[in-house]
Amino acid sequence: MKMLGAEVVIECLKAEEVDIVFGYPGGAVLTLYDALFKTDFPHILTRHEQGAVHAADGYARATGKTGVCFATSGPGGTNLVTGIATAYMDSIPLVAITGQVGVSLIGKDSFQEADICGITTPITKHNYLVKKIQDLPCVMKEAFYIARTGRPGPVLIDISKDVFNDTLDFVYPETVCLRGYRSLFAGNSNQIDLVIDALEKAEKPVIFVGGGVNISGTSEEMRKVINLTGIPVISSLMGLGCIPSDVPEHLGMVGMHGTYAANMATMDCDLLIGIGVRFDDRVTSLVQNFAPKATIIHFDIDPAEVNKNVRADLKVIGDLRWSLPLLCEKIVEHSITKKQWAKAEWVDLVQEWKREKPLASSLPAGGIRPQTVIEKVSELTQGEAIIVTDVGQHQMWTAQSYSFNTQRSFLTSGGLGTMGYGLPAAIGAQITLPEKDVVLFTGDGSIMMNCQELATLADNGLPVKIIVMNNQVLGMVNQWQRMFYGKRYSHSSTKGCTDFVKLAEAMGVAGLRVTKPEELNSVLEKALKMEGPVLVDVLLPETEDVLPMVAPGGRLDQMVLRGIIG
Amino acid sequence: MKYILAVLVENRPGVLTHISGLISRRAFNIESIAAGPTEEVDTTRITIGVEVEDEFELEQVVNQLSKLVNVIKIANITYVDSIQRELALIKVRANKANRSDLVDVVEIFRAKIVDVNRETLVVELSGEESKIDALCEVLTDFGILEIVRTGRIAISRGPVPAKDM
Repeated sequence: MKMLGAEVVIECLKAEEVDIVFGYPGGAVLTLYDALFKTDFPHILTRHEQGAVHAADGYARATGKTGVCFATSGPGGTNLVTGIATAYMDSIPLVAITGQVGVSLIGKDSFQEADICGITTPITKHNYLVKKIQDLPCVMKEAFYIARTGRPGPVLIDISKDVFNDTLDFVYPETVCLRGYRSLFAGNSNQIDLVIDALEKAEKPVIFVGGGVNISGTSEEMRKVINLTGIPVISSLMGLGCIPSDVPEHLGMVGMHGTYAANMATMDCDLLIGIGVRFDDRVTSLVQNFAPKATIIHFDIDPAEVNKNVRADLKVIGDLRWSLPLLCEKIVEHSITKKQWAKAEWVDLVQEWKREKPLASSLPAGGIRPQTVIEKVSELTQGEAIIVTDVGQHQMWTAQSYSFNTQRSFLTSGGLGTMGYGLPAAIGAQITLPEKDVVLFTGDGSIMMNCQELATLADNGLPVKIIVMNNQVLGMVNQWQRMFYGKRYSHSSTKGCTDFVKLAEAMGVAGLRVTKPEELNSVLEKALKMEGPVLVDVLLPETEDVLPMVAPGGRLDQMVLRGIIG
Repeated sequence: MKYILAVLVENRPGVLTHISGLISRRAFNIESIAAGPTEEVDTTRITIGVEVEDEFELEQVVNQLSKLVNVIKIANITYVDSIQRELALIKVRANKANRSDLVDVVEIFRAKIVDVNRETLVVELSGEESKIDALCEVLTDFGILEIVRTGRIAISRGPVPAKDM
């Protein structure tokens, strides 16, 4: 049957079991939007293309499925850039479809023309420019295949306007033929035998979990490894959730704002097993000083991650869905148990660190402690909510203080650190998981970066609860200025006339405010019980630091702990 | 350390953009890059000369390039017995007085003169980089107006092609 290019796109989405698209229409995608209209395909209109791409990203992180967004040519595409880069840094499966000007107008600086393939080359796993309708089904098939297999990532398809209007006898290809692309699953099991050898020799091991565990959905296998061996676990920001925060072996997040116990364990361990991690600079600080006594083992699906930042002594290349079950098997086979590290007093030592210096605040009594806000939400949601954040101090406090229970329950821009990510990502997550509590922790800086999406939230009746940690400063910038720039607070104050409650109400979101500590519990309880979206503006003291903190270039065991009680 | 990589890629639009984009994004130090068609119609071969600090950095270059969807195969032919060539075209000032000297130089280097006029001539030379460098140095005395070089290409000796290495 002859079909319009635009209809072909929709048919391909159906074939890929896409159940919703986030987007924003414009000149070059009018025919595509006409096809959406005619087929009644589910689509969420955001208020900015950046909102659409972050929403697709939030959808993908919360479910593991591939998120899809649409935008028009030129500014539509360029508005996606930050969101695509965000997804790329955190390995999120995403397909972004943009319209391009007509074939004969490409390269002529035409109206709303931008070379979006050129622009997104460094921030996509792959991208395509489609100029002939015959290529369209194959490109769509390949794009979804590339986005979700191997190490996932965003793929952009730029489709010329003419292609949407052209016709084709549509057949969706059943397989892809990509000569240069292998999505690795099983690796070399001998590598796991070497890991077992290293475990048998180790006295002070640590397991370091990262985003790869969340992405591959292997938190169950990961928990099994911990249960069997009792090895202390540390987590990157992206790894939070895959091991419940309250498991005794869990020492918390490692790195610049990691816990005392996690950072000390990293510096003292004799074996560090990284599972689906990138050894990002926010984790390692100076790589030369990272885990100096340890044999380092790196489990990853991407061979290019091994030895990129930290030199690994052993590697296990393959999908964690392959390697972790096999590791469990061999751990049982070689009876590697908790006793080994107990004998070496390692387990006692890390627990001692954990007790000795728990996370604490430097605030004098009186104001609302930001950590208390998060702990309260954690208690009210029993750690079962999908927690979304923006970027800054509130993000680190959430990572430190929320008690996570399940994989894919913490959506945050880790690699790129994108302010403005939170609200649209929460929208994407709530749409696909309507039965879940979705709570967004944001700041007075971050919320303004995509606050137009409050309208999307309200108009779709999505019951996301937004907690604005409002300290009237760009908190993290402020903290660095306080610590490293002689308290010269250059342009980091947001004190002004903005009323977040009114802003929310103007777009149809209920607004509440907390000004005194004694109001906190009741307002949070009320907000979480309310139907529909709610924004809670929590007024916090200006000067609270995220602690512990490892100064840039410092060693992980040289934390700024000032203010930590105990 | 300098290495030579033979990179076989699918001959699809945008493939060179992806390769050059990756090289610049990862801040790899590329000395030369030369691309052209191969014995297979849908395959392009790109010879990349790369300068790296150590084997780990080389491993990064290879692994990152391998991740590109259109890259089919990368062979490190640095330590393989191979033939390496570069083609250069050099436009030199030449008048009646010094033309015969110039012809001597060209003969010594087994280069060819491919264009002559009253003021200049164009010399063509293929060979290893060092040989071309040497010729350029000698020709400097005559006055070089323009140099164009292709960048190194390389092929292994013996029967095994790069795609099977």
